[in-house]
Amino acid sequence: MKPSVQALSSHPNTPTRSRPAGHSHAVADSAAVKLKVQDLYKRYGDHEVLKGVSLHARSGDVISMIGASGSGKSTMLRCINFLEQPDAGSITLDGQTIEMRQGKGGARAPHPAQLQNLRTRLAMVFQHFNLWSHMTVLENICMAPRRVLGVSAQEAEARARAYLDKVGLPGRVADQYPAFLSGGQQQRVAIARALAMEPEIILFDEPTSALDPELVGEVLKVIQTLAEEGRTMVMVTHEMGFARQVSSQVLFLHQGRVEEQGGAEILDQPRSERLQQFLSNRLK
Amino acid sequence: MIELLQQYGPAFLWSDGNGLSGLSMTLWLFIISMVLGFFISIPLAIARVSEHFWVRWPVEFYTYLFRGTPLYIQLLICYTGLYGLEVVRDSALLDQFFRNALNCTLLAFVLNTCAYTVEIFAGAIRNIPHGEVEAARAYGLYGWRLNLFVVIPAALRRSLPAYSNEAILMLHATSLAFTATIADILKVARDANAATFLTFQSFGIAALLYMLLSFALVGAFRLAERRWMTFLAPTRG
Repeated sequence: MKPSVQALSSHPNTPTRSRPAGHSHAVADSAAVKLKVQDLYKRYGDHEVLKGVSLHARSGDVISMIGASGSGKSTMLRCINFLEQPDAGSITLDGQTIEMRQGKGGARAPHPAQLQNLRTRLAMVFQHFNLWSHMTVLENICMAPRRVLGVSAQEAEARARAYLDKVGLPGRVADQYPAFLSGGQQQRVAIARALAMEPEIILFDEPTSALDPELVGEVLKVIQTLAEEGRTMVMVTHEMGFARQVSSQVLFLHQGRVEEQGGAEILDQPRSERLQQFLSNRLK
Repeated sequence: MIELLQQYGPAFLWSDGNGLSGLSMTLWLFIISMVLGFFISIPLAIARVSEHFWVRWPVEFYTYLFRGTPLYIQLLICYTGLYGLEVVRDSALLDQFFRNALNCTLLAFVLNTCAYTVEIFAGAIRNIPHGEVEAARAYGLYGWRLNLFVVIPAALRRSLPAYSNEAILMLHATSLAFTATIADILKVARDANAATFLTFQSFGIAALLYMLLSFALVGAFRLAERRWMTFLAPTRG
């Protein structure tokens, strides 16, 4: 009796669990797919970092990409907004695929106007915060809304103060320079800077990896609030517990391929040997 | 000494009867050179760090040329050398420009200080943390907006200490202007010396005036650093 119960209970999960890398999978409702990353390839010289990885995010999805360092997860995230140029593959936002053109020297480059449009709709939070160090916190948050979106100065400042409050920072940090703040505070400013763009998707590139352990919590708490609000987010992270808590999808990357993907439950019941290994090494 | 001051005091400070002289002339030379040099050097500094060889190379050549030769020779070429060329004398516009000693002097000074300033700013641009430029790109800034709103403000602030040095060196370099018959502080001092033979007093007054200007400059830059460089304070320890 017991084996059949197991078989039954595992059955509904199988379709969403593990898929072979590069295999285009039929997400239940393809019309609702917000961001579609299809078969990305990226190489640096002889080293192939991405060997055909795909990702489908629906509105409200929180996708965590996990994997050992060197597995290509950060590269993949950076390819989504073309901070790295993928060698092959496509990025589609709301059904519009970014057109790739043959630039000078044979390198593929995205269509400039489409790239610009994409970047105003995706905001990024970096591992090392990358706040503009010569600007105050307020100026950091107001910069892109004012100079890229063309929001008025008052409106930008009002937004900035609202989002500072949202990430739990007191109003008095607004006039300070980033270097005077703790790492956790800086990363929260960076999140406020992302939110001020009112983006459709937020990309997080290891947002807590550069933080002292005691500061990780405050940043994760903010990200969790955003997840609960139903924001669409793609996140590269090493925080397995956190990924389990907030993710609607988890992608496990290994040597440039998606080795296993599925809901957050794959972190508890990994199917592939590699993910099992990865997780057990983590927990030790 | 009192006679010297009575006779040459006004010339040392503002006018020798034929227009600006002394301190005022030195200040004029200095301010025009620095202001023009500053504004021209910004686009050149951006070109200097360009990834395109044909944009970068001409600027590199220019700064190499002007940093590789003494200012005095540059002044001589601008003041006498160029006017010796027929091409220059035959063109009405160039002829008029190079006839005027002040024009020639300012040209030499601007070209010279601009070359040094380009290198200072270009160095500061290279020193901007890569991640900050990347973040600007990720947020949709590119081209002139990226330069105007992120790269230039960051670079100018970082280059303040080196730039203040260049300003003080340039102030002292203006004393070469007397060789092109410009009535700056040194020219007045030489005239006073020639007329009175009070050598120590004549040049002493000139030295004092330069020193006062330098002090004022150092003070101004200290204020500027306090105003614009506090953002680096914690990282400097």
